[in-house]
Amino acid sequence: MAGIVGYGANIPRNRIKVEEIAKVWGADAPSYKKGLMLEEKSVPSPDQDTITMAVEASKNALRRAGIDPREIGAVYVGSESHPYAVKPSGTVLAEALGATPEVHTADLEFACKAGTEGMFIAYSHVVSGVVKYSLAVGADTSQGAPGDALEYSAAAGAAAFIFGKDKLVAEVLHTYSYTTDTPDFWRREYQYYPQHGGRFTGDPAYFAHVLGAARGIMAKAGMTPADLQYVIFHQPNGKFPLRAGEILGFSRKQIDPGWLVPKLGNTYSGSSPLGLTATLDIAKPGDKIMLVSYGSGAGSDGFIFKVTDRIEEVRNQAVRTRDMLDKNKNYIEYGVYAKYRRKIRKAE
Amino acid sequence: MRDVAVIGIGMTKWGELWDKSLRTTFVEPALMAIDDAGVDHLDSMVVGCMSSGLFTGQEHLASLLSDYLGRNPVPAARVESACSSGGLALRQGFIEVASGMSDIVLVGGVEKMTDVTGCEATFALGTAADQEYEGFHGLTFPALYAMMAVAHMHKYGTTREQLAMVAVKNHDNGSKNPLAQYPFKVTVEGVLNSVLVADPLRILDCSPITDGAAAVILCPADMARKMKKPAIRITGSGQATDTIALSSRKDLCWIESTHLAGQKALAMAGRKVGDMDLFEVHDCFTIAEIMITEALGIVEKGRGGKAVEEGLTSLKGRHPVNPSGGLKAKGHPVGATGVAQAVEVVKQLRGEAGERQVKGAKRGLTQNMGGTGGSSVVHVFEAE
Repeated sequence: MAGIVGYGANIPRNRIKVEEIAKVWGADAPSYKKGLMLEEKSVPSPDQDTITMAVEASKNALRRAGIDPREIGAVYVGSESHPYAVKPSGTVLAEALGATPEVHTADLEFACKAGTEGMFIAYSHVVSGVVKYSLAVGADTSQGAPGDALEYSAAAGAAAFIFGKDKLVAEVLHTYSYTTDTPDFWRREYQYYPQHGGRFTGDPAYFAHVLGAARGIMAKAGMTPADLQYVIFHQPNGKFPLRAGEILGFSRKQIDPGWLVPKLGNTYSGSSPLGLTATLDIAKPGDKIMLVSYGSGAGSDGFIFKVTDRIEEVRNQAVRTRDMLDKNKNYIEYGVYAKYRRKIRKAE
Repeated sequence: MRDVAVIGIGMTKWGELWDKSLRTTFVEPALMAIDDAGVDHLDSMVVGCMSSGLFTGQEHLASLLSDYLGRNPVPAARVESACSSGGLALRQGFIEVASGMSDIVLVGGVEKMTDVTGCEATFALGTAADQEYEGFHGLTFPALYAMMAVAHMHKYGTTREQLAMVAVKNHDNGSKNPLAQYPFKVTVEGVLNSVLVADPLRILDCSPITDGAAAVILCPADMARKMKKPAIRITGSGQATDTIALSSRKDLCWIESTHLAGQKALAMAGRKVGDMDLFEVHDCFTIAEIMITEALGIVEKGRGGKAVEEGLTSLKGRHPVNPSGGLKAKGHPVGATGVAQAVEVVKQLRGEAGERQVKGAKRGLTQNMGGTGGSSVVHVFEAE
């Protein structure tokens, strides 16, 4: 029996509204809000990046896990916005947590699913017995090109999960992965902003993989939507996860607790993992939760978790995800946003 | 001139055909048309395509398509006149058969538009506008048609709701067409609340970007009468040009090239517009259909909006316009559109149009247009 021992989240305080971005580009805000089901998104401050958010989220996970960080034998950071092209994020994270030097570390990249990729590896290491505890983080400060549709959604956030065989808060019942070579979104080396295949990112990309993984893992588990209390899908916008849920027969009651995107934006590698931290914050012992990520390129990882009694003890050991999302917000204008996101720079 | 007839038609489902290439998109309906006609050879091939170069990087198209159709060394030509490339290909095929130069001619139209981004597609389509006087100033087709719509609303009192009713009607018809890209219904409210593209036009006023192709087989009418399928004669063909730049027109609310092409085609057929049982016209934007119904003389000048509102142009109305769903619902792979209009009219005149069949249809007219009316092609079809 293996699963999640501790979990934590981190979301920057800054927010920018869809109207504020649309105003600058002369775009029709109501149609973006309706079309993408987005209202606002998180924005990292100049001193926040994938590593700092990963550290904060991991500290929250450690608080809930209640373990000695030196017992963490593996650290994986999944992101498409690692601050360094060469030099790992994971070493900074492991050092900051006090998990060094006896620790295995790797940085992962798979568009929006690098976070669950790390979870899959971290969980597998624990199951194999190679390490006692392992840490997986999905974190991103994703960028959308100015004026591009992605600018309305590309947000920042991180979620961290410590896996182990004891002190479980959620047991992993099943895993499943669904992968094909589907080029719907990419960023080549030396390019600053990613490119996307427009409507191609819908049916052949997101839906083919998310539905494929969801159906696959439910078949493997012998479960139907009625056997699950909650479900989280990758959230590139508000509409896609709701449509995926509707197609599979999930209710809004099952989806809503982990559906953060209208107020958060798409945190890429942190997207579905943050949906999971928000859901764990409110889940009851015995609840079953399905998580299906999506990463362009393309693939989906599926997990089915069963929440344990220990959830009640740990959930208030660190700040809850919804509290970070809904409280202490700082709304910024596009000019400040442009500075924070390094779209404009001060002359040297 | 010899009488010319359509003896075979072919069309496959249109849409975002990400799993098909330019050549396979074309070959499938072309083979269907050949099978439908029951011919064992072609004497010639004409293909309408607006911009395979910009959309897929492929020129030298006619030879490529005849090769992949397995018809080399048949003579093949590619015809371009922006969005009326298909209609013009049909006219060139018609002239070739009528002149006695060839007996069995395949006329096809194809466009593969979704292999590029929306911006690149908008640029490719924009090349149908006057680059120096329109393109360089940032004008795109939605913007040009938006100006025409505003002018029509100002001059004739055409309402925003009437524009929406064109989309509602064509989607109603398109919902009965299994080959349509968007075979679903929309409401006036849905159109009015859809995404704004270029005021007053919203996304549901605009025809979509589509991958698709269509093909017909033409032969002399005498030969057609001995073939297995009923001969549908092309009794009139008309074409006219006008200024490409909208700013050079005398009247923003009047499409002169369509008016002239329509008159020529009807005169050749010896018919009046009222003799037609149905029309397939170039509703690239809702306002376009309103202005076309006026230019063809289906309704009086300025009455196009009212006519839609009164149901005159609906499937069960006095003058059904776009029973196929039109460009709006069926899709608009630009070079294929003119040929697909012929396919629809032939289906209707054969009585094979299923749920959207115009009862007892004997005569039909197609109108295909380039740009904002810089070119127009009109054909008249009649069942024997």
